[in-house]
Amino acid sequence: MNIDKKIADDLVANDIRFVTTVPCKQLAGVIEEVDRRDDIFHIPSNKEDEGMGLCAGAWMGGKRPAIIMQNTAIGVTINTLATLIQYYRMPLPMIISYRGELREPVACQVEMAVHTKALLAQLNIPTYHFHWQRDVEEFDNILKYTFMCNKPVAILTDANFWGGYGDQ
Amino acid sequence: MIRSEILKDIAPILRDQLVVCNIGIPSQELHAIDDQPTNFYMLGTMGLASSIGLGLALAQPKPVIVIDGDGSVLTNLGTLPTIGNNAPSNYILMIIDNGSYGSTGDQPTYTGMKTDLAGMARAAGCDNVVEVQDVDTGAALQKAMEDGVATVMVVKCDSGNAKMPVISMDPVVIRERFMKAVAG
Repeated sequence: MNIDKKIADDLVANDIRFVTTVPCKQLAGVIEEVDRRDDIFHIPSNKEDEGMGLCAGAWMGGKRPAIIMQNTAIGVTINTLATLIQYYRMPLPMIISYRGELREPVACQVEMAVHTKALLAQLNIPTYHFHWQRDVEEFDNILKYTFMCNKPVAILTDANFWGGYGDQ
Repeated sequence: MIRSEILKDIAPILRDQLVVCNIGIPSQELHAIDDQPTNFYMLGTMGLASSIGLGLALAQPKPVIVIDGDGSVLTNLGTLPTIGNNAPSNYILMIIDNGSYGSTGDQPTYTGMKTDLAGMARAAGCDNVVEVQDVDTGAALQKAMEDGVATVMVVKCDSGNAKMPVISMDPVVIRERFMKAVAG
């Protein structure tokens, strides 16, 4: 199964037409796939809170958004999640590269990984963790759930899910 | 002129347009001067007005006017390259540059010193950047709307705030009526 293609297919099938991304090595393939799709407007952000602002505007303009980013971004975006996305009750699927988990080669990444789920839980953000490739089968349901409840929803995707780091 | 005087001046131009208004006193002033369903008031999240407005302008064809501030743009400077490389023709970013953080007690920002926001916007790739003196805001805004190109306006004015009540409207109500106005 091509995970990148499956994620992009599910985004399109759920009418998600506006995707902003902040890059991560693990996410390079899915970002490329999203960029290739004619059905999706892809706009890179310089920082994740900026990206959430773009998504909020796009949603109010009638386009379903999504953001693709690293878990370090949870540290950056707590205020935006609380005072914009949650306060105004907006849906936002967050496809998150869960750095610092099993098969992670960079020790510093673990420092935010250990806080990631606790922070998401503190914010009452529904959180899913993809560890095995087959976990991606839930993605379509998670997107439907996000736009049903109008909440930010986190999908943490770890290195094992992406098949490790190759040459690293 | 101070910001509230400018807002009073341009309220008739803003009235039927989609407006995304910056957090704090700017939103309180606009709300008190001329509350409209076409106004999206930010109640929190300093810095993101320009980004919200950009997402909105990219998602639908109506003109979008963002009322931002120098302090807020400084806190989200990454917005300028994103605007410079992506802003559609229906996007107007109006930065009310009074050289101070108005909502927190008028502490000075760097734009009152050596920093030039218009220059930064141009360097970030924004093609159409206009510097405006407070009294000329209405004419400049009207021209930007008629030109129909993505525009960044840097409006130089005096520091100061009008005493206006806090917005008590629920955020979901603000958002819902705004979305209806966008779709209407």
